Amino acid sequence: MRPRIQLLSPELIGRILREAFELLMSPGVRVGSAAVELLQSAGVEVGAAVRVASNDRVARIPERLVRQCLASAPPDFYLYNRQGEKAVHYGGDDVHFDPGSCCVQMLDPDTLDARPSETRDLVRIVQVTETLPQFAAQSTAVICSDAVVNGNQAPSAIGDLYRLFVVLQHSDKPVVTGSFSAAGLQGMIDLLAADSGSPDKLRQQPRAVFDVCPSPPLNWSEFGSHNLLDLARAGVPAEIVSMPLAGGTAPVTLAGSVTQHAAETLAGITLHQLAGPGSPIVWGGAPAIFDMRTGGAPMGAVETAMLNMACAEVGKHLGLPTHGYLVATDSKLVDAQAGAESARSATLGALAGINMISGAGMLESLACFSVEKLVIDAESIASAYRLARGIEVSSDEVRSDKARGEKVPRETLATAMFAQIGLSGEFLKLKETRALFRQEQHLPSPVIDRSARGSEPASDVFTRARSRVDELVSKYRKPSLSEDVLRKFQAIVDREADRAGLEGTESGNNVGAAQAAK
Amino acid sequence: MCGGAQFSGSRRSKIPFLTGSIQKPISAGGSVSDPLFGAMLQSIIDGAPDKAAELAQQALAKGVDPLEAVNLGFAVGITFAGEQFGCGEMFLPDLLASAEAMKAALKILEPEMLKRGSERKGRGKIVLGTARGDIHDIGKNLVATILSASGFQIFDLGTSVTPEQFVAKAKEVDADIVGVSALLTTTMAGQKAVIEALDRNGLRPRVKAIIGGAAVTSKWAAEIGADGYSRNAIDALELAKNLMSKVVGKVTRKDMNKGTALA
Repeated sequence: MRPRIQLLSPELIGRILREAFELLMSPGVRVGSAAVELLQSAGVEVGAAVRVASNDRVARIPERLVRQCLASAPPDFYLYNRQGEKAVHYGGDDVHFDPGSCCVQMLDPDTLDARPSETRDLVRIVQVTETLPQFAAQSTAVICSDAVVNGNQAPSAIGDLYRLFVVLQHSDKPVVTGSFSAAGLQGMIDLLAADSGSPDKLRQQPRAVFDVCPSPPLNWSEFGSHNLLDLARAGVPAEIVSMPLAGGTAPVTLAGSVTQHAAETLAGITLHQLAGPGSPIVWGGAPAIFDMRTGGAPMGAVETAMLNMACAEVGKHLGLPTHGYLVATDSKLVDAQAGAESARSATLGALAGINMISGAGMLESLACFSVEKLVIDAESIASAYRLARGIEVSSDEVRSDKARGEKVPRETLATAMFAQIGLSGEFLKLKETRALFRQEQHLPSPVIDRSARGSEPASDVFTRARSRVDELVSKYRKPSLSEDVLRKFQAIVDREADRAGLEGTESGNNVGAAQAAK
Repeated sequence: MCGGAQFSGSRRSKIPFLTGSIQKPISAGGSVSDPLFGAMLQSIIDGAPDKAAELAQQALAKGVDPLEAVNLGFAVGITFAGEQFGCGEMFLPDLLASAEAMKAALKILEPEMLKRGSERKGRGKIVLGTARGDIHDIGKNLVATILSASGFQIFDLGTSVTPEQFVAKAKEVDADIVGVSALLTTTMAGQKAVIEALDRNGLRPRVKAIIGGAAVTSKWAAEIGADGYSRNAIDALELAKNLMSKVVGKVTRKDMNKGTALA
């Protein structure tokens, strides 16, 4: 039996969806102009907003249309690695983890202070993630403040593209990523297509999923709707990351925030499936409570974990792939709070069967990344996986020790073993022990201290994590990309840097023109 | 001021002012033990706008000096609320309710103060908005509410405000402070653009520029030459008050002292 936790009764899920559908009609959903025509051609009424800025457009999306779009959304899909193998299964109760994104600060392990993240930090995160089986996917984890293109400081507008450029050069794993602007997405898709070989190949065997975020409450902004539509048309998987903050930008009750999350996500799926029916889409999110002291979003709070679990339950009820944002902490240091909060939510996320859980490595409510925390989180994730596997009793199965090719019968739980050793207590000698202990136990890395006290002073987990990072980085091997692919990558980055540079000038002129017109 | 008052989650605390656990207002005159003043500050602590308005009406009907009603009554409540928030005994919804109650009282008292020429001095005019491209306004709204409850005149330009709009408004209202909020690291550059625009238009250093937002740090504030930054709305109030004491040629020290009983 696989252990699982459910927070919502079927009746409550029904109520949540009923109210979410009501919200989609009243007050409706704010949408960007990119989505207006698409919605109108599907018969959706798009009108002026009530109680918000007058130029906003509000769509009232009927349940019938949403249901139709839910029906065309695929129940599952795969992400592929560079070798073309299935590496992540978005669907069912399969659970995967990836590092959080996207930080601008990195915890310096020497000073314990946060400093702007750089390319070397992203490379180190990618190297560690690449070597750890706990992470099924990479993420474009941090901004590279030192990004240089053609000898010049890269425009900040292509920071999103540059991250992916770095990750693709250093990893074979699938990537969870996202674009910072409507204009920036195409360059990133081009980069992935160059990596896959062609846009068609990328569509058939997608290597990446793009996070796309509505703004709470109930706002699919110009940028968000644009990205959603472009991804649907390109057939590249999209992950809707709705982030209600309970009490701040969403109803204070957890159930109320789950309802808002459902409404925002249903609206997103509708836009997405209207633009590209059958294109892969994930019922994702980064819901959190709103901290009533700091006004922040405490990612380590148990209620934040509960929101993620509940939102995923609604998605599962609708038969969609799911995503959540967990394994993060609000602590600024890699300390006991960081460990407790991250391990707790990793465990809860695994027990909730969330397909992709982002957030490992992140400190300070997602403001700062620590690669040391990443390797500690990997231990929590391994433990969570172990727990989620449950207690396996396979009396009629024959398990084999793969390493030695030896068959070990497991007809009984204990009696067969006692039949061999009687009361001698010599379990360590049993072939069953040797054959099965690796399945029964998660064997932690030296990050986890279980040793007896020796003559040396005890080390703390941060010290051990630093050694572990060094060890993993030394084990890491960079993938070999063909010269041709690397040339294509560079050409795309150069092109986008030029475009962003030009646009910067243009938008400056536009502002000037707008002022002059006044 | 932490730990003195019983404020464990419930807003129904006893009035610490009357039990001597918070400092008495420094303004002279009036009887601090007047139950009307006690009820006024309690209405603010309770976050009860209707009650606060009713008490303001009563004060006017009784002929109480409106400035005194503020200084000895309502403002003591908002100061207390701010302190309790700082201690972690009151929370944002409590603070917002207190601010709303304060606004309700001021709405009734201010016309009378104006009539008597005794309007509160030392508060400044603040232009607020979020940086260009940033639609996240929850922090900016908190700051606006807290500052306006504390007597500042707020001109809220809303979200995604261009540097030119900030400059135009600052000129139009003769602002003392311009505050720019940015949540996203991608929009933080907009804060720099506003400061540059204020400089270009010759508004600084007379007009002070302050910034805030989740990713904003003191380092960033220093880097772009901001006059200050704060981590939250209560700190923003402190920051604004400190900056007002530096605003040259508009408010004198004497004016400031008159207003110190206010928040």
